[in-house]
Amino acid sequence: MSATRSDSDASVTALDDHVERRPQTTPAGVALTILRWVVRIVVLVLLIDVVRILVTSKTIEWGTVAHYLTFGQILSGVLTTLELTVAGMAIGIALGVILALMRLSSSLVMNMAASGYLWLFRGTPLLVQILFLYNLASFIPRVTIGVPFGGPTLVSSDTNSLITVTSAAILALGLNQAAYMCEIVRAGILSVDEGQLEASLALGMTRRRAMRRIILPQAMPVIIPPTGNNAIALLKDSSLVSVISMKELLYQAQLIYSAQFNTIPLLVVVCIWYLAMTTVSTIGQHYLERHFGRGTTRTSPPSFRQRFGRNLTSILRPGRAAEGVGA
Amino acid sequence: MTRPPSTDRPLLRLCGIHKRFGDNHVLRGVDLDIAAREVVCLIGPSGSGKTTLLRCVNHLEVPTEGRAILEGELLGQYTHRGRLVPLPPRELAAQRSAIGMVFQHFNLFGHKTALENVIEAPTQVRGVSRKEAVGTATELLRRVGLADKADAYPRQLSGGQKQRVAIARALAMSPKLMLFDEPTSALDPEIVGEVLDVMRQLAADGMTMLVATHEMTFARDVADRVVFMDGGVIVEQGPPNQVLTAPTHERTKRFLARLL
Ligand SMILES: Nc1ncnc2c1ncn2[C@@H]1O[C@H](COP(=O)(O)OP(=O)(O)O)[C@@H](O)[C@H]1O
Ligand SMILES: [Mg+2]
Repeated sequence: MSATRSDSDASVTALDDHVERRPQTTPAGVALTILRWVVRIVVLVLLIDVVRILVTSKTIEWGTVAHYLTFGQILSGVLTTLELTVAGMAIGIALGVILALMRLSSSLVMNMAASGYLWLFRGTPLLVQILFLYNLASFIPRVTIGVPFGGPTLVSSDTNSLITVTSAAILALGLNQAAYMCEIVRAGILSVDEGQLEASLALGMTRRRAMRRIILPQAMPVIIPPTGNNAIALLKDSSLVSVISMKELLYQAQLIYSAQFNTIPLLVVVCIWYLAMTTVSTIGQHYLERHFGRGTTRTSPPSFRQRFGRNLTSILRPGRAAEGVGA
Repeated sequence: MTRPPSTDRPLLRLCGIHKRFGDNHVLRGVDLDIAAREVVCLIGPSGSGKTTLLRCVNHLEVPTEGRAILEGELLGQYTHRGRLVPLPPRELAAQRSAIGMVFQHFNLFGHKTALENVIEAPTQVRGVSRKEAVGTATELLRRVGLADKADAYPRQLSGGQKQRVAIARALAMSPKLMLFDEPTSALDPEIVGEVLDVMRQLAADGMTMLVATHEMTFARDVADRVVFMDGGVIVEQGPPNQVLTAPTHERTKRFLARLL
């Protein structure tokens, strides 16, 4: 075979120490290639059709969509949605770390308390938790901080004055998120080699300092990706608090379309905003992952632009996908 | 290697150390005194309790019975109403900071560069200023031959380089005693030498060292005393040429014969 090559191309020096294996064209291979192209064309046609329906649809009323996209009420809803997500994640992460440490502690009481919490909050729907918290007053009329079992009272307050729409919404989202964050943080901590703690202790660090300075930072590459996914899920799930009339994005849209009867255009507005927010979050997540990936890889991971570029290349030139993405 | 005669009080004293893991009685009464500037090599078959003994010294493992005393100070415990009770974490941490430990698998902090690994404990535990800590760390890295690797992350270092950074990291706390747990066992044979050279230099500089090792050449050349452990007890001990070349106990002979 090597001889054939140098025969056909005189400028290539003949190398006789090896033979080259060449790709063979079989009927089955040709059929597969044709099939691939047929599938690609069908998908492309469907895609174009979907875009055509979206663009030309009468019910979507793109003019209305454009008008409401930057409407004051909608923008304030977007802001509220973002605030709910940030507050919910903050509570979720803080409480999640505490719950994770409780689950990892050797104390049986701590362990059971944390497990019970997870059981409760992961075993019931978020929507029900939101309604439950909002109606807490009818269940626990007064919130009292003091010594239990009839001891002196330190602070006491009417539950109704504590549980407003906003506090119920934030609490419900945060408490629910904490249950999921607990498991993420726990998995992250467990992913760090035990030797890291031992080396820290041997150097004279306390467990707490070792956790903060050594263990948690190294758990971050494991913790961040699912946390980002959770934050994006929470961003969308925050629309559930519209049931207790929390004025977030969806509720604001509902207020408008129940008066104007332009449901579809407003739901499109809502979707566009959610897509914009989740897209930005995804990019933010990527940079966080890059920051906390320090020291875990020999070279720094590709930037978002590089990765996006590669994906684009693989879409445009499907045959070469394997080269870029796996690297 | 001859050393100045030890002072009256040993730097480290282990008294009747027992350790049980459930039913597994791993250490069965170990007594060992180590003088200041002394280098003691701990040898013995796998599973004989060398690692456990080292970990009992700095209370990474709490002894079931017995006491470890460093410069006359009881480690990890204190007497409360006539009983020995565990020291609070903060005090125990302070005691540990005076005992350097080097692990078989290095345990370098993976998210920190070599330099950051070395300055971590001085700045965080001792409250040394970053500037001063960096100065000391740079000098230590130079001593272990890694001045040019200060900014490298552990992943970018070879096993031997990692272990030398780990030694520098322990030295940064100016320990009174260094514990080594098979520091070269995880290394490729051709790299072992570079770590042993650093340890040799450390011994020559007068560091007190307790070294669990299978490197008999190192033990012969550097140790003042070789301690042979088997089944959780010290079977015999003495100067290296006595224990390694003319052992008196059958178990020691069998262990050494298997190594050759
Ligand atoms: N954390 C632990 N829990 C239970 N058993 C242990 C633990 N650490 C060590 N052991 C047991 O103690 C014995 C001695 O182990 P080790 O001290 O590591 O010996 P060496 O270092 O001499 O090889 C082994 O049988 C081992 O299984
Ligand atoms: Mg061992």
